[in-house]
Amino acid sequence: MPLRLYQSRRQMLKILKYSFYDLMRSRWSYVYFLFYLALGFVLLFLNNDLSKAVITLMNVIIVLVPLISTIFGVMYFYNSKEFTELLLAQPLKRTSIFLGQYLGVAGSLTMSLVLGLGLPFVLYGLFKSDAIWDFSLLLITGAFLTLIFTALAFNIAISNENKIKGFGYAVLLWLFLAVIYDGLFLLSLIVFEEYPLDSFSLAATMFNPIDLSRTLILLKLDISALLGYTGAIFKSFFGTNLGLMISISMLVLWTILPIWRLAYKSKRKDF
Amino acid sequence: MFKLQFVILIFTFLLGTSLRAKTIEVCATCEVKSIKDGIVLASDHDTLLIKKGTYKEFNIVIDKPLTLLGEEFPVIDGEDKGEIITIISDNVTVDGLFIINVGTSYITDFAAIRVVKSKNFLIQNVVLEKLFFGIYLEKSQDGRIFHNKIIGDAVEEFNSGNGIQLWYCQNIEVEQNIVQHVRDGIYLEFSDDVIIKNNTSSNNVRYGLHFMFSNNDIYEGNTFENNGAGVAVMFSKKIKMLNNSFKKNWGTASFGLLLKEINDAEISGNSFEENTIGMNIEGSNRITYANNEFIRNGWAIKVRGACYTNSFVNNNFLYNSFDISYNSKLNDNVFQKNYWSDYTGYDLDKDGIGDVPYRPVKLFSYIVNRTPETIILLRSLFMDIIDFSEKVSPVFTPDNLLDTMPLMRKSE
Repeated sequence: MPLRLYQSRRQMLKILKYSFYDLMRSRWSYVYFLFYLALGFVLLFLNNDLSKAVITLMNVIIVLVPLISTIFGVMYFYNSKEFTELLLAQPLKRTSIFLGQYLGVAGSLTMSLVLGLGLPFVLYGLFKSDAIWDFSLLLITGAFLTLIFTALAFNIAISNENKIKGFGYAVLLWLFLAVIYDGLFLLSLIVFEEYPLDSFSLAATMFNPIDLSRTLILLKLDISALLGYTGAIFKSFFGTNLGLMISISMLVLWTILPIWRLAYKSKRKDF
Repeated sequence: MFKLQFVILIFTFLLGTSLRAKTIEVCATCEVKSIKDGIVLASDHDTLLIKKGTYKEFNIVIDKPLTLLGEEFPVIDGEDKGEIITIISDNVTVDGLFIINVGTSYITDFAAIRVVKSKNFLIQNVVLEKLFFGIYLEKSQDGRIFHNKIIGDAVEEFNSGNGIQLWYCQNIEVEQNIVQHVRDGIYLEFSDDVIIKNNTSSNNVRYGLHFMFSNNDIYEGNTFENNGAGVAVMFSKKIKMLNNSFKKNWGTASFGLLLKEINDAEISGNSFEENTIGMNIEGSNRITYANNEFIRNGWAIKVRGACYTNSFVNNNFLYNSFDISYNSKLNDNVFQKNYWSDYTGYDLDKDGIGDVPYRPVKLFSYIVNRTPETIILLRSLFMDIIDFSEKVSPVFTPDNLLDTMPLMRKSE
């Protein structure tokens, strides 16, 4: 391994570690972790049925995870701005500073989510239940949503000096992907109902990580028979290994693109 | 005491000589070796006692009032050659046989047991396997099909037959049968005054029960589970459907119960559990739906149109994705005193009845009816939001479709 690359990776890991422990110390990770822990226990306590709990959890994950990741990402970036500027004065690579911070935040959020939800389910006998695959898929999509929305939040924050503006854009982004996008989607489905819409709706789901996660989980649950003819098309796409691969790579793409832009921006930004 | 015994003795003696009812034994080592020979030898009202063994026979025609009684389930193997038993006489009883390998034909409906234009028959304790049609009743009356087990191996609709089929029959009882893996478990066409009770019809390729043009029938206490499409009741009048259970008819075109052109029926005490569509209603009028349970269905009730003067009272709707779906703004049906698990109202005077009416039709279910593709937005936040706004002020859904007296607790 060339020395420079090795050094920059070590720098990045160091910053990652620093951000991670910083978040741990600030207790926000614990709050987040405890929230999911409580949610998991309450859900299981209330209906004791793993597969039903997975459905309820899905509703929570596709709404809350993106929201919390977005807000948290923006908040963290603005809060640690002074420290970032201090780091910039050191002989460190810019990409390792920002990527380190990003991975620290996203990593601790993901860990809180996975542990917080995983623990109660494991205690209630997840490994003995058939719900384990649905549940793992749920956690994987949850983790992806965290990575994606934290990256998007960092992008917004790095492009906006003004905090208020940054927060505004972040909330708007969440609102757009979680609500408005579906509204537009619905409208276009109704307006163009005379036309075959299967490929369109497939594509439209692919382009929104929240919709993609929702569809992936829905189709894994036995609720998919509800979807009728459209569901059959979706199932024949997402149900196959190829479809699953494509959707996972779509989620990976959704993660990589903002990270790449973050690295690109951070190199050029004038502080 | 002595006198009475004497009288009975004389009486039985007289009866015995006058009717000359005797028992003919059929077995491999008996005088009579085949069932067909036994029938030829027998006279009216005799009993054929068929002993344990395998009889390779088909086209057995019972043309006189006889009792075919199997001992320890003798096997009648048709070797896929055609129909096995045909009953063309009144007063025939078939009891305790094991019939296998009915021939499959695309021209004739071969059955394991066929009853043609007969009265007062009884078919009981019969086991049928590897069949085309099972028990086929044709223009017959006053019979009873009791406690039989029919297990087919149907895979496709076009080359399989029905388990129990009634065609132009009157006054028949079908009770405690088990029908599995055939095309339609029980099929009725032009049959009136039939009672179908406590049967189990499951894993059939098409319908668990299929009803066409049959009036004044009762079916109660049956279980229909995991059938291709569920139960279909069509073009019939005055039917009572009581205490049946419709379970796990799950698939893109499945439903628990399909009603089409059904008038003046009574549907009560049934439970619909985990069906894609619990009940699909079309062109059905003046029906009372009471005390039914709809649990975890995709759609509990789908109303397709032309349904008037129906009343839904005292039903429980528990955890269905959609409670009721309507495709028009017109409503002439009454919903009252049902329990809806989605109900969020309150009950200030504590009389067990919610103070706020409940609207069972969600905007989303209306939209899905119009554009089926939109179902892909199921469980998205946007849908929850617009459902809520529609609940507050209905614009698209029928505004008089509401339960004015929703129950606060499950009705028993």
